[in-house]
Amino acid sequence: MACFTILVTSAPFSEQSAYSAYRFALAAVQGHHSINGIFFYQAGTLNANALQITPSDEFNLYQAWSELNLNFQVPLMACVSAANKRGVTSILDAQESDQIHFSLQAPFESVGLGELATLISSSDRLVQF
Amino acid sequence: MPNLYADTIAIVNKSAPYGSANGQESLDMALALGNFAQPVSLFFIEDGVLQLLGEQQSHKIQHKAYHKTFAALEFYDIEEIFVCRHSLTERGLSASDLAIPVQLIESAALTTQLATYRHLMVF
Repeated sequence: MACFTILVTSAPFSEQSAYSAYRFALAAVQGHHSINGIFFYQAGTLNANALQITPSDEFNLYQAWSELNLNFQVPLMACVSAANKRGVTSILDAQESDQIHFSLQAPFESVGLGELATLISSSDRLVQF
Repeated sequence: MPNLYADTIAIVNKSAPYGSANGQESLDMALALGNFAQPVSLFFIEDGVLQLLGEQQSHKIQHKAYHKTFAALEFYDIEEIFVCRHSLTERGLSASDLAIPVQLIESAALTTQLATYRHLMVF
């Protein structure tokens, strides 16, 4: 059994990569491998935007990520600096910048890049999508 | 023979600067990993070599001059910076056009070197 860290650098909807990342992650945990974290960076942080509204006849990736966390306790971490630049902000960051709105909430976490270093050092493989 | 690079992360840069945020966010990543004492090797291939050019005036297109930060890599103990010689030559460039000292690497050696890393990111 292998332990994976997954790095998602692609936005939802615009590209297929983030959907592939989800399918890989699901297959890994269903196959009894472990994922010590899914780390969202660059445009990948848009996956953590809670304000996405997905048409009812399309696959809801935000909900799928949330269920992956709920069912398999896989941490969902978004890089705070990459996310903030793209309007994906936690309530704390929003308050500190005098913004009325925020768009990142549990089960996603807003973390520093150092968290990724920790994840990678305790995994067998880093897989980027 | 022990693999010296098993615990090192390779970051491969293949995008030109400014057209996408890849270059800047890749450098942010390298510095953050270096800050957390995670060994890192950097690779510049294809259009990625353009990021290292010494003469860049990015303010003219409303961009941060992030290439100046490459000079700080050594303070983060990131000293292995490999640049594909073929990619440079293809673009009419040589190592003297670059902002920082680098190790030029041949195409065949590049693939052999990359194969030694357990963890790899591409930007």
